[in-house]
Amino acid sequence: MTAFLDIATAPNAPTVSIQARMRQERRRAAATIAIAAALLVGGVLMGLGVGALPISPAEAASILLAKLGLPALTPFEARDDLVMTAIRAPRTILGVLAGGALAACGAALQGLFRNPLADPTLIGVSSGAALGAVTVIVLGGGVAAALPPVLAPSLLPLGAFCGGLIAIIAVYLIAQRDGGTDIATLLLAGVAITAISSAGIGLFIFISDDQQIRDINFWLLGSLSGANWRALLPAAALIIVGVCGILRQRRALDALSLGEADAHHLGFDPERVKRGLICCCALATGAAVALTGVIGFVGLITPHVVRLIAGPNHRMLLPTSILLGGALMLAADVGARVVVAPAELPIGIVTAAIGGPFFLWLLMRGRAFGGW
Amino acid sequence: MRLLSSAVLIALLAVSPPGARDVRAEEGARIVSVGGDVTEILYAIGAGDRLIAVDTSSRYPAETRALPDVGYMRALSAEPILALAPDHIIAIEDAGPVGAIDILRQAGVRFTMIPDTPTVEGAIAKIEQTAAAAGLPDAGAALATETRRRVDAAIAKTPKSGRKPRAIFFLSVGRGGLLAGGRGTSADAIINLAGGENVAAAFTGYKPIEPEAMTAGDPEIIIVTDRTVKALGGVDVILTSPQFAGTTAARTGRLVAFDGQMLLGFGPRLGEAIEALTAALHPPRPE
Repeated sequence: MTAFLDIATAPNAPTVSIQARMRQERRRAAATIAIAAALLVGGVLMGLGVGALPISPAEAASILLAKLGLPALTPFEARDDLVMTAIRAPRTILGVLAGGALAACGAALQGLFRNPLADPTLIGVSSGAALGAVTVIVLGGGVAAALPPVLAPSLLPLGAFCGGLIAIIAVYLIAQRDGGTDIATLLLAGVAITAISSAGIGLFIFISDDQQIRDINFWLLGSLSGANWRALLPAAALIIVGVCGILRQRRALDALSLGEADAHHLGFDPERVKRGLICCCALATGAAVALTGVIGFVGLITPHVVRLIAGPNHRMLLPTSILLGGALMLAADVGARVVVAPAELPIGIVTAAIGGPFFLWLLMRGRAFGGW
Repeated sequence: MRLLSSAVLIALLAVSPPGARDVRAEEGARIVSVGGDVTEILYAIGAGDRLIAVDTSSRYPAETRALPDVGYMRALSAEPILALAPDHIIAIEDAGPVGAIDILRQAGVRFTMIPDTPTVEGAIAKIEQTAAAAGLPDAGAALATETRRRVDAAIAKTPKSGRKPRAIFFLSVGRGGLLAGGRGTSADAIINLAGGENVAAAFTGYKPIEPEAMTAGDPEIIIVTDRTVKALGGVDVILTSPQFAGTTAARTGRLVAFDGQMLLGFGPRLGEAIEALTAALHPPRPE
């Protein structure tokens, strides 16, 4: 099956060189994944090690070792312990998960729609989540006051998650035609739902006071600063389920890149693939966006960067995008925390400011849109 | 989670032994002030030298600009504030988010929330509570008395009878957007205190006002902040903009600009604010 697909993507290549080419590609693939994994590890170390409070690597390691019940290398202050366990650790984990989820969904949706512009914002998840979040910010004050104080902070992520889910269910149902999902309709329905959500957000902005407007603005620009263990655990479960579900469809996505009819002949049910991917993307991005707010560019650009380096093969593209997405998110977050310290920049500004130019540079220096 | 709570417990025990707090509050406490009004009050009672950082809205007095800026009051970040090693954070009630404040409290930093209501009594309470939080209740009482005296004097000078001039306050929110101060805003409160009638009182909060509603309300005077004038490129630009066309204020060129913190802060300069706005609203009639 694998060999067949490779022949199919390169129909004119002489048979002799196919094996050599496959070996070369496999080496290239392994190297790319290794680099992405190394970048992610670097990102995690930065996320845990860099911050306004100077905590030495030995102290940071000691705090983490102590949490695992192991002897500490050096003594550390209780305040540093709090910063590591209550701020940096959940924040870093959220960065890995959210970056990975957005990049995985971006890669999967670009493959599914066969459109280089696709990303989680396109199918309405982000805008639906934004509408949910804005609704909570503007109208949720009374509800939050009625809730027990333990639950009140969960209202915003919950509203965002529900909003995202409702939006994608609507988009999916609209795109049902003759027992199948029409991809073009799905895209357009996503655009329409996004427009409707924007109208709703605009309305809420109109009826909100200046403070709520600032809150909405900050949410729409995204941040990892809301990370805490209580919110992270359920979100992590949803994100991991969603991302694993996307990874399982990697071969199906390769087959789909040949067209739905060919994918069908290769033994994949395009309908099931579409449904599965959209469900998984909804879960993963919905949960990620619920905690981080809207963070642009990571979902759009990461798969393109990977494609430029390693080609369009989804068995490579998906895992590499997940690793690289997490790494990019963590790097952007370190930037967000350091640039204007002791204040903090919304991370969406950093991802756009770094991601945009970097992407342009990649485009201009090399091959035009790899794989497209 | 249990690890976390034990960490919190250790932090609380290690960083802030009970009883040590009051001593620190009285002398040499390192204060982070969040909220322009709180900062202004702290300087006015002589606690300015104990401030180690302020938020973005703290722009008065000018000394605050030399201090580190911890960002927008509703988007505080716990770790960089902890890195400044504060003893006490005094914040206006809107400060947040809750998660960051929880962590700061867990780290043993004293955290005081100051209520904020745009009334004379609210301003007095704000002064007294801020001063009490800084351990200077006597200075607070003196400032509160002085503020009340100036407010009473200013209110005594506002015309009590006759037609109230129609006024409207605008806030620039960037991209040329102007929001009118409706009911419940401190702009509405200060217009009423100065004996004016707020044209935008039909809605609550800061909102864009529809041009026809503006023409119908026909403000005689437009009130803005100095920063709005600067942001929009001058008094003439505002007065000649189409949204004010047809209003008496645009025709007669009556636009007044004030320092935003003084006019809307409801702090120690409330008396000055009422006095200045009263003078602008009720000019002496030319004989």
